[in-house]
Amino acid sequence: MIRTPLRPLARILAARAKGENPDAIERENIRLRHEELRDRARARAEGRLFVLALFFLCAFGTVGIRMGVLAATDPAEPRSAGSGAQILANRADITDRNGQLLATNLVTWSLYAQPRQMIDPEGSARALASIFPDLDRDRLIRQFTGGRTFVWIKRRISPEQRQAVHDIGDPGLLFGPREMRLYPNGALAAHVLGGAAFGREGVHSAEVIGTAGVEKTFDERLRDPANQGRPLVLSLDLSVQAAVEQVLEAGMALMNAKGAAAVVMDARTGEVVAMASLPDFDPNDRPAPPTSGDASDNPLFNRAVQGVYELGSTYKIFTVAQALDLGLVTPETRIDTRSPMTHGRHRIRDFRNYGPELSVTDVIVKSSNVGTARIALMIGAERQKAFLARLGLLAPTAIEMAEAPGVQPLFPQKNWPEISVMTISYGHGTSASPLHLAAAYATLVNGGYKVTPTILHRDIPLRGERVISEQTSAIVRSMLRETVARGTATLADVPGYSVGGKTGTADKPLRDGRGYHSDKVITTFAGMFPSDNPAYVIVVSLDEPVETSGPEPRRTAGWTAVPVAAEIIRRIAPILGVRPAIATAGEDGVTLARN
Amino acid sequence: MTEMVHGGVRVLGGDPVIPRWWRTIDRWTMTAVFALFGVGLLLALAASVPLAERNGLASFYYVERQLAFGGAALAVMVLTSMLSPDVVRRLAVLAFAAVFVSLVLLPFLGTDFGKGATRWYSFGFASVQPSEFLKPAFVVLCAWLMAAAQEINGPPGRLFSFVVAVIVAGLLAIQPDFGQAALILFAWGVMYFVAGAPMLLLIGLGGAAAGVGALAYGASEHFARRIDGFLAPEVDPRTQLGFATNAIQEGGFFGVGVGEGQVKWSLPDAHTDFIIAVAAEEYGLVLVLFIIGLFATVVLRSLARLMRERDPFIRLAGTGLVCVFGVQAVINMGVAVRLLPAKGMTLPFVSYGGSSLIAGGILVGMLLAFTRTRPQGRIADVFGRGRGR
Repeated sequence: MIRTPLRPLARILAARAKGENPDAIERENIRLRHEELRDRARARAEGRLFVLALFFLCAFGTVGIRMGVLAATDPAEPRSAGSGAQILANRADITDRNGQLLATNLVTWSLYAQPRQMIDPEGSARALASIFPDLDRDRLIRQFTGGRTFVWIKRRISPEQRQAVHDIGDPGLLFGPREMRLYPNGALAAHVLGGAAFGREGVHSAEVIGTAGVEKTFDERLRDPANQGRPLVLSLDLSVQAAVEQVLEAGMALMNAKGAAAVVMDARTGEVVAMASLPDFDPNDRPAPPTSGDASDNPLFNRAVQGVYELGSTYKIFTVAQALDLGLVTPETRIDTRSPMTHGRHRIRDFRNYGPELSVTDVIVKSSNVGTARIALMIGAERQKAFLARLGLLAPTAIEMAEAPGVQPLFPQKNWPEISVMTISYGHGTSASPLHLAAAYATLVNGGYKVTPTILHRDIPLRGERVISEQTSAIVRSMLRETVARGTATLADVPGYSVGGKTGTADKPLRDGRGYHSDKVITTFAGMFPSDNPAYVIVVSLDEPVETSGPEPRRTAGWTAVPVAAEIIRRIAPILGVRPAIATAGEDGVTLARN
Repeated sequence: MTEMVHGGVRVLGGDPVIPRWWRTIDRWTMTAVFALFGVGLLLALAASVPLAERNGLASFYYVERQLAFGGAALAVMVLTSMLSPDVVRRLAVLAFAAVFVSLVLLPFLGTDFGKGATRWYSFGFASVQPSEFLKPAFVVLCAWLMAAAQEINGPPGRLFSFVVAVIVAGLLAIQPDFGQAALILFAWGVMYFVAGAPMLLLIGLGGAAAGVGALAYGASEHFARRIDGFLAPEVDPRTQLGFATNAIQEGGFFGVGVGEGQVKWSLPDAHTDFIIAVAAEEYGLVLVLFIIGLFATVVLRSLARLMRERDPFIRLAGTGLVCVFGVQAVINMGVAVRLLPAKGMTLPFVSYGGSSLIAGGILVGMLLAFTRTRPQGRIADVFGRGRGR
């Protein structure tokens, strides 16, 4: 590298000799050097800018040529495949436990046109417009005569419409098969089934994919060709489901409630025989998800699975069952029930004063908060939490529905102070769904085996781990039976079916999470029948019910959820094949004929 | 004596502002930009109607917005182009600081409009995407730093600008907005190239990129499948690309006719990323070639003018701006004709979008300010060549 000295000494020395200031010469030198640098840089940059310009020219040219090539080729029109038949019926049906159809497919047709094949475009357009009044005739004529090669006309047409189009007789009008999902029972079991929608759409087929409920959970199973269209058999019983929904709807109107949910479960296997949530919707025309307002008030919301509510006094039986199982109390142990009970800053009071003390059985029968809280204090936080967890009340249910895994019960996450022990003992300060409650009751009354809820029909009953002993389970059953016979749930006493159960009335929490409404409640009845050997567990929950037949409005579960549950049991027990135990009407009621 | 010449009497500078602007501005480029905006408005009349109907608005709601924003953008462009390069530089560096801060705050204050990427500030009546405004400011800042590095005893400006580029690209990548991040790095690369990147380094980088690409193709199945899908001759007719290809083919040379296009009803991004498909379907190859011609005019004329420019800052800034502008157009149209893998990029001035229009106006305004004819001291060149040492 040849260095150019910044101070060509000769000139500077000459200037000095003349007595001039050398700084001016130095500035001039720097300026010249700078100019030279700039010129070199410009010369180099000129070449590189030229390269850039060439690059852009090529890029634009390539895009232009490619556009030209595309414009010159014919559009890839959807050609008639040899046979469209093999894509039909590739989503399996869904049936109830008796093989009754819950969801199936219907072959409909889509309509499209290839204007170049058409003989009389204008006439066909006019004929089409008369078959489909929503089509615009002039628009069709423009589309058919504009030199286009392919025009979509209708996504889905009925067989009658197809025949009418067929009768036009124009070879340019073509049909593509479109399979659609059909729910023949309408809104029945809508929340369980969920719904389906078109996925990717082509000319000759459209994918049908599940969007909610079991349709979504079992989407792959339903679409898997390896199953050869074998139907998915649910545990639901269509007749029971229909009865439950009918009674629940009437009960909801009678009790002026804004929503309701019901679950009927096989107490041994955990199979859900009926599951209803009101208000409901028609899965054939599933509404769009709500964008405003409270999602839990939307018809799409499945209250039985997704609705996490404080379930109130129905929890008391868990506390008592645990205390019995641990041997802390017997049914006859006397419990101090002086109300109100003070604990630190908190006061716990009963609905009305039940006197100084009650037996454990009567704590359940009369539903004493104070008594339950005292029993819970004997148990303590650790054991209470562990027991609730074993009953499945602290984790999402394992039911095979798309919505279930996200439904986390609410409970004190970090610590579990004594005040929580007391409130949780009677079902406040923790929330779970009606389905959780049904599974937990089934576990308590079926002899003490853990029940996992399922929506699928099981051939072989599964027996879970033991949660409480056989004896405790028997005591729990008799306590629940006594509650119905002489306690808070007397309206549930359906003759012959020996119903047992427990009520629960919980104030609704305010929207902002601080405190509770004074006049809005969620009432729940959790029961089983027949109580000597329970076959089914039932949970009925009403949202904001008011019973107004009396002199003042009544909101407790005993007056709202219980009569609805009783009517449901009256209707479904015969369908389920539960035999009523008819009391013999005296010795002379029947005369046996014997020869 | 010297005092009398320097700074004595204040002489009013030659001719007035507007005539000088008109004389020195690149009128071809400016005309091309106006034409692009006109084409954009014409296409918006077709392409944005389905969107307006989907959103339950008046049919021409988006056209009116495009007109309002476009008018503002063109005004900004003309005003910016009247500034002197020094003023542009100062304003742009200040603007870069402001935009950079807003970009940093984006994860905390921005909205994602439910699209999964936090790129916007929402002001109710309109939303602003800071990364659009970042591009011109970033280019000018980097040009300034790189030009400073070319001075005698200048700072290591290239290193500084590289650090800035990496930070900005990183911020964009976490949004995530890989398209804009790549654009920022591309702009830096082009400026570095023009500022005199060593040839050896360029060859090395090119080789490394090819090597990494081949390695990724061999090692990563996902990457390989994407490239294979892109190279495959058959396109699935049910994808966005399929619809776009079909629209271009339907359009042919002269289009299916005004308002007859179908693709705008089936493509969700017909008014932004696939506007060229709408143009091709309704007006045919003729309009597409016209649009390409307009973009080529802007890019090639600006580059030609920058070749004569002696001031390194102006040359670099102008190059960066014009390359950002041109590459956006190439990528947008390249995706529609399947020359490039799918990547969301708007077509400057043609696609709908408030932020992108205004930012485009600023960008082209700066470009026009930089490409104005100014004395390049050619006489001095001639005389300087023969000077003694």
